[in-house]
Amino acid sequence: MRARTKRLWGVGAAATLLIGAVALATVALRQHADLFYTPGLIAEQGMPESGKRVRVGGWVQEGSIAYGDGADMTFLIEDGSGETVEVSYTGITPDLFREGEGVVATGRFGETGDFTADSILAKHDENYEPRELKKARQATS
Amino acid sequence: MIEAGHFAAFLALVFCGLQAGFGLRGDRDQSGLFAGLGFAAMGFAFFTLVYAFARSDFSVELVAAHSHTLKPFGYKIAGTWGNHEGSMALWCLVGLGFGAAGGWLMKSDRPKFESRALGVQGLLNLASLAYLLFASSPFTRLDPAPLQGQGLNPLLQDPALAIHPPMLYLGYVGYSFVFALAAAGLIEGRIDRQWAKQARGWALAAFVPLTLGIALGSYWAYYELGWGGWWFWDPVENASLMPWLIGAALMHSIIVTEKRGSFSAWTALLAVLAFCFSLLGAFLVRSGVLTSVHSFAVDPLRGSVLLAGLLILGGAALVLFALRAPKLSGGPEWLATSREGALMGNNLILTVATFTVLLGTLFPLIAEAVGQTISVGEPYFNLTFTPIMALALVALPVVQAWAWGKADLSSLWKWALGFAGIVAAFWLAGIGPLNIPLLAGVGLALGVWLIFGAGQEIWRRAKTFARLPKMPLRVWGMTLAHAGLGIFVIGAVLQSSGRTQTTLALQEGETQTVAGWDVRLDDVSSVEGPNWYAERATLTAVRGGTAAQMQPQKRYYPAARMPTTETAIHKTGTSDLYIALGDGRRNRAGETRWTFEVFLNPLIDFVYLGVVLIALGAGLSMAGKRTRTRKDAEEETA
Repeated sequence: MRARTKRLWGVGAAATLLIGAVALATVALRQHADLFYTPGLIAEQGMPESGKRVRVGGWVQEGSIAYGDGADMTFLIEDGSGETVEVSYTGITPDLFREGEGVVATGRFGETGDFTADSILAKHDENYEPRELKKARQATS
Repeated sequence: MIEAGHFAAFLALVFCGLQAGFGLRGDRDQSGLFAGLGFAAMGFAFFTLVYAFARSDFSVELVAAHSHTLKPFGYKIAGTWGNHEGSMALWCLVGLGFGAAGGWLMKSDRPKFESRALGVQGLLNLASLAYLLFASSPFTRLDPAPLQGQGLNPLLQDPALAIHPPMLYLGYVGYSFVFALAAAGLIEGRIDRQWAKQARGWALAAFVPLTLGIALGSYWAYYELGWGGWWFWDPVENASLMPWLIGAALMHSIIVTEKRGSFSAWTALLAVLAFCFSLLGAFLVRSGVLTSVHSFAVDPLRGSVLLAGLLILGGAALVLFALRAPKLSGGPEWLATSREGALMGNNLILTVATFTVLLGTLFPLIAEAVGQTISVGEPYFNLTFTPIMALALVALPVVQAWAWGKADLSSLWKWALGFAGIVAAFWLAGIGPLNIPLLAGVGLALGVWLIFGAGQEIWRRAKTFARLPKMPLRVWGMTLAHAGLGIFVIGAVLQSSGRTQTTLALQEGETQTVAGWDVRLDDVSSVEGPNWYAERATLTAVRGGTAAQMQPQKRYYPAARMPTTETAIHKTGTSDLYIALGDGRRNRAGETRWTFEVFLNPLIDFVYLGVVLIALGAGLSMAGKRTRTRKDAEEETA
C-alpha cells in the first residue's frame, strides 16, 4: 500500500471511530447527566420532569428524620430559602448523615412530586463538604 | 532535624538545576552525577520527614496536623504521604529517583541523547521541587508545639491505602522519565528503533506500579466504603484511569517503533500525553474542582499552580512535537490488515476511550461554566467507554496473530466461527439453565474468548509443548496480560449483572433470608482499638451446611472526629457475602432495629486477579531480555 493510501486508511478509521464515539457520548450525556437542584430552585423553576434522575442538595432539617419499621426512612432537605423537599429512602445512610448536616440525595421525582432517593451522599470528613453545597451555602449566607 | 531536611531539599533543587544545565549542554556524566546527588539529598530530606512522623514530633506543623501518638507505628510512617505536602515530597523523591536511575542505568552509544533526556528530567524535577518548597512546604515548624496531633484521616488508616500512593506515584512520575526520553528524542529528531528499545523498559516500569496502584485503590474502595462495588467512575478514579489507558496504548505502539521503526511520531506523542494525563490526574485530585467521593480538603491556589504547570509543559511539548514530528522517518510499508494495522486499531480505540473518560470527567466543569450544575455517573460510561473497549476485545485474539507488513487472512473464517460458537454457547446457556441476560452472556463470552485467544497465540508461536517453557519472557508476558484481561472482563461483567443488594433492618436475635443466606443478628456490642472505638454487630450467616460469623463495625476516631465503616466479607470461593453496618434506628413503636446493607458479589476476585495478571505480564515483558536469536528473527518475519 502506498504511503498516501495508508494514511487515508488511518484517517478514515480514526474518523469513523471518533464520530461514533462523539455520537455515543452526546446521547449518553443527554440522557445521563444528572441535574442538581436545591429546594429553593425547585420552587423557583418548577418541578423537574418526573422519572428523570436528578440530585437534590441542602441540609437535613432538624427533627425531620422519621424511621419506618424496616430500613425505610424519610427526611426533609432544606436550603435556607424556606422551601423543603421530602425524601424517601431505603438503605443505610453515610457515616456523617445527621440532622443539620449537608446532604446530596440522588433519585427521581414521582408524578405527585414525591422524591425517592437511591443514593445519599454526605460530607465525609469534618473538613470537606460537597462542592454544590459549599456554593449553595455561600449563596444563602 | 527537619531544618536539615529543609536544607537538603534546597540542595536537591540546586543539584537538579545542575543536572538540567549539564544535561542540556550534552555533558552526560556530569548530569548523571548530579542526578544521583540530587536523589541522595532528597532521600535525606524525605527521611527527616518520615523520622518526624515516626517520633510524633509535633513541633513540625505537618506532623501535628496529620498524626497522633496513639496511631499504630506503621500508619505513623505511612502518614508521611497521607497528606498533600507529604505526598508532594514523595512525588519529588520518586521523580529524582527516576532521574538517578536513568543516569545510572542508561548506557548506550548515544551519550548525547541520554544527556538531553537527563537534562529534561532535571527540569521536570526542578519544577516539582520548586512547587514543593515554595507552594506546599512540608518542612514548617510549629511554635509552640502542641502536645497532641490532630490525627490522620482515618480512612487512610488501612494497609492498602498506605501503599496505594507510593505505587500510584511510581506510575505517574515514572511517565515523567518517559516524557523526558521522548523530548530528548524529539530534540534530536530521532525516535527510531533504538530509541524505542530503550524507552520501552521505562514505559513498562511506570505501567506496572500504576496498574497495581489503581487496583489497590479500587480494592480499598470495595471493602472500606461499604458500597459493595469496586469502581464508581468517580473523578478521582478516572484521573488515574486516563494515564493508565494512554500508558497501555504507548506500551503497544512502542512495540511497532521498536520492531519496525514505524509509528515514531505517534509513539512520541503518546509518551508526552502519558505524563500530561498524569499531571491532569494530580490536578483533578488536588484542586478539588470536581465533586468526588474521595475528595480531600483542598486548596484552589495549589490547583491553579498545578494547572499552570500542566499547560506550560503540555504546550512546550506539543510545540516541540509539531516542529520535529514531520522529520521523523517511518518504517517499511504495511497493509491495513497487518500487525501494524492491528496495533494502530488498538491505539485508536484506547485513545478514543480515554477521551470519552476525559469528556465525562470534565463535562460537569464545562456545564458549570454555562451555569448548570450537573453530574455524570456510571450510565454515561457504560454507554460510551464500555462498547468502544468491547470493539478492541472482540478483535484482539484474531488480530494478534497477524504478521508484520501483510497478514495471511485465509483462516479468518475459523476465527469468526470460533467467536460465533462461544457467543452462541453463552446465549443458549443464558436462556436455559444459567438464566443470564443477553448482554451479560455476550460479556462473559468475550472474557472466555480473550483467555482462549491468549492461549491460542502462545500455542501458535510455540507449536509444541516442549517449546512452551522456552518461549521468550516477552511472549509469556503478553499471554499473561491478555489472559488477565479476559479474567478481568468475566469478573467485571458478573459484577455488573449478577450482584445483588439488599437492605436489612434486624432486631437482636432476628433472622432474615438474603440471596439464599439466612442472616441472624446475634448482638451489637462496643469494642475499642488503639485510637478508635466502635459498634460491632455479630451476625451468623447460614447457607446449606456452612455457617459464617461476620462482624461488621462502625468505627469512630475521636482525634479526627470522624466515623468510618468496616465491612465484613465472607468469601465462599465463588462469591463474596459482604455486609456493611448502618445505624441503629428506633421506630415509632420504640423497637430498635439495626440496618445492614448486604451484597452478594459473584467472582469479584476475578476483577483483581485479572488486573494483577496484567501487571505481572507487563513486568515479565519488561524483565525479558531482548537477545536476538534466529528463532526471534523467524518470528518477526513470520
